[in-house]
Amino acid sequence: MQLKKILTYYVTGFVVFTLTLGVLEALKVIDLKGIGYVFMFFSVAIYAMIGFITRTSDPSEYYVAGRGVSSVYNGMATGSDWMSAASFISMAGTLFALGHMGLAYIMGWTGGYVLLALLLAPYLRKFGQYTVPDFLGTRYGGNPARVIGIICAILVSLTYLTAQLTGVGTIVSRFIGLPYEAGVFAGLAGVLVCSFLGGMRAVTWTQVAQYIVLITAYLIPVVVLSFNIFSVPIPQLTYGSILQRISVMENQIAGRENPNPRGIDEKELNKRIDGAKEKETRDLWAKDAAMFRARLSNPDSALKAMNADVEARLAALTPDAVNAKKLALEKEKADAMAMLNAPPQLDPKTKQPIDALDDAKKAELNAKIQAVEKSLAMLTPEAVAKAKEKAEADKKALPKDVDAAKAAWSGALATSAGQAAPPKPYLALPEGTGLLQFIGLILCLMAGTAGLPHILTRYYTTPSVKQARSSVAWSLFFIFLLYFTAPAYAAFAKYSVLENLVGISMSQLPSWIASWKVVGLFDVIDKNGDGIVQYADFVVKSTDFVVLATPEIAGLPATITGLVMAGGLAAALSTADGLLLTIANAFSHDLYYKIINPQASVQSRVLISKILLVAVALIGASIAAFVKLPVIAATVAWAFSFAASSLFPALVLGIWWKRTTTPAAILGMATGLIVSISYSILNFFSTAPNNLLGYSSPFNFFGLRHTESGMIGMPVAFLVIIVVSMLTPAPDKKLQEFVYSVRFPKGAQQGKEVEAIGG
Amino acid sequence: MEETKEKDVSKTGESIDMIAEMEAFEKSGVVSQEKLDAYWKENRNLVLVLLAIWAGASYGIQLLGSALNSIVIGGFPLAYYMGAQGSLIIFMILIYVYAKKMGELDKKYNVQEEEE
Repeated sequence: MQLKKILTYYVTGFVVFTLTLGVLEALKVIDLKGIGYVFMFFSVAIYAMIGFITRTSDPSEYYVAGRGVSSVYNGMATGSDWMSAASFISMAGTLFALGHMGLAYIMGWTGGYVLLALLLAPYLRKFGQYTVPDFLGTRYGGNPARVIGIICAILVSLTYLTAQLTGVGTIVSRFIGLPYEAGVFAGLAGVLVCSFLGGMRAVTWTQVAQYIVLITAYLIPVVVLSFNIFSVPIPQLTYGSILQRISVMENQIAGRENPNPRGIDEKELNKRIDGAKEKETRDLWAKDAAMFRARLSNPDSALKAMNADVEARLAALTPDAVNAKKLALEKEKADAMAMLNAPPQLDPKTKQPIDALDDAKKAELNAKIQAVEKSLAMLTPEAVAKAKEKAEADKKALPKDVDAAKAAWSGALATSAGQAAPPKPYLALPEGTGLLQFIGLILCLMAGTAGLPHILTRYYTTPSVKQARSSVAWSLFFIFLLYFTAPAYAAFAKYSVLENLVGISMSQLPSWIASWKVVGLFDVIDKNGDGIVQYADFVVKSTDFVVLATPEIAGLPATITGLVMAGGLAAALSTADGLLLTIANAFSHDLYYKIINPQASVQSRVLISKILLVAVALIGASIAAFVKLPVIAATVAWAFSFAASSLFPALVLGIWWKRTTTPAAILGMATGLIVSISYSILNFFSTAPNNLLGYSSPFNFFGLRHTESGMIGMPVAFLVIIVVSMLTPAPDKKLQEFVYSVRFPKGAQQGKEVEAIGG
Repeated sequence: MEETKEKDVSKTGESIDMIAEMEAFEKSGVVSQEKLDAYWKENRNLVLVLLAIWAGASYGIQLLGSALNSIVIGGFPLAYYMGAQGSLIIFMILIYVYAKKMGELDKKYNVQEEEE
């Protein structure tokens, strides 16, 4: 009962704390930055406290929380272990940008739990050791399989961990204004206090606490927004009609025929949308795109020409050049004046003026004088200084070398080409290779989900096989609450842009636009200079704004924005915790204890685990803070493909097909991993903006992108394992009996359900 | 929360020899080999049925998406709705049904975990 009591206190405290901040904000005692600090400090302090209370050095507690976590709590912990910064902050934004295509993430990251529940979780729980390499080592009789398992687990988890720490750094720096690097390390401290002191036990209960924060933070803004628009606080139901309005408004913007096939009431649409002006704006962007494309087709000479141009401008502005030009101009002016004012020459015989200036000639001369005067005005010392300043700024803005130029122009090309395209229909299904990519991505994400070591380990912590089975259902339920809300977020954000931004005067932007524009998540550029915002003027730089700006769109106070930040932090920290533990355990338990020094005492094993934990954390944070691989953001999806191509096939076949042999599994895992990694890397680094829209790579099979390399790696791994198994002698009796043993719950070591944390 | 039961916690220690345990378990004669095979077969059939539904609910529906999207309910085109919510609900039901059925199956073949 004590556990329930603690949770009640915790939730009450959390509500009171948030309300207090709200009141303080209303009294203008505290601003968003202050709220950010308070939220960050208190939430990390709470997680640290839980970590301290649940500290342990007992290996069973440290590695698998004493197998005492009941299915509901394990479900909650798995939920926050699973939902990362990517799920919390970026997923809704992905849906905003991709429309139907983005649903691959929703289906993939939930459907994987079906595979996990049906094919893996109960059997791993019956096996009842500590890690995924443990299972591979036992099933495939020996260290080679274990080592491959360790490599896979570390590779997959480290890729993912770095992305999480990057997420932590971004959140912390965005909200409380710490430098990004400091943000990474501040977050790291929060991660470490939990996992260092209490291993899996501390991480589990911290994750339960973090789940409560993150789900509350995620639901409040969009529930309020739905209530504001429809008076129904269930956004998951109401956004259907929003979807229809979005389609119609997009059609109007794109200038499609018959924009309103379903006859949506005009009153529900934005009447300020102006198809002609949208087209005009898009054409301007297209012109930009053409310019950048031309430069990119021959970057060397383009850069040279630009350099020469700036140099010429600067050369014309040196004092000598200015004086010379001034003199020349003054002479020109004097000549013209002289011509104009010259007394008419008289014909010596007739005494009549000859060559008299006719009116046209006079006007021409006057115009010339005016033009020269204008040019002279540009040569006053002030004007020269100004021109010089501008030329120097332009010179500074020029790319340093061809590589920098290429990078800058590619970015600009991508932006302008993106803005030049009419909005894709939000609800349209992907077609052709798009459909293949869509299905492929779903498959990779599902199989990857079921093969992620830090999630699989969670099912070792339940008290029984029966609870492991129901725990997967609970996990999916807790994840579902966030995932089925994300498309609503995306739809409401899209609607807000279309309805409240398009057609507004540049000087009267909605307040949420103004405040998030400053942060740099998007920009509003008046491309055609008419002072009115067109849809094509809205340049999205980071779709993260979808989740971050929704509280403000809904008219909620800054406290809720702070809460969302705390939720994002909780999501990133909880996932980082789980990953960190997995990596450290792969080193300490699997590599050190099981392979290098099996005589190690219980104490020394846990101690080594803890030391490695800190080491891995520092390595991960250093990569995130200092290396800042641009690849990182793009590579979260890689972790799934890698897991799907290595661990998933070996685990599934190991349980479901007794005939799977050791050499087959080792070869299969290695081949799958190598194929998948090589495909990702080759495709990623040959990807460049193509001639039409977006990016493509000449290196691809069936148009699959680097994120879907599992579509290649996974079938290869399955094939290799099956074929090699058939070619090698069947596993010996001991291994076959082991497979038998994991198939039945009877005889599983029982855990005692935890009644109270601490002590 | 369930009432605490006196459970044997001494077994939570590490490195239990699973194979020896399994042998002892088989020798105890509680469950015959045929029965275990029958249990596994039923489990496998259940999993196959559920996986078929799983594949249909995700890949099947999306592959037929263009036809399904002409049906619009409450503003949601059907394929979009399934991808965003419907399939997720089916996934949860599948896992719940599996956990429940397996519990029954364990009892039927008497291979459930010991409650001490």
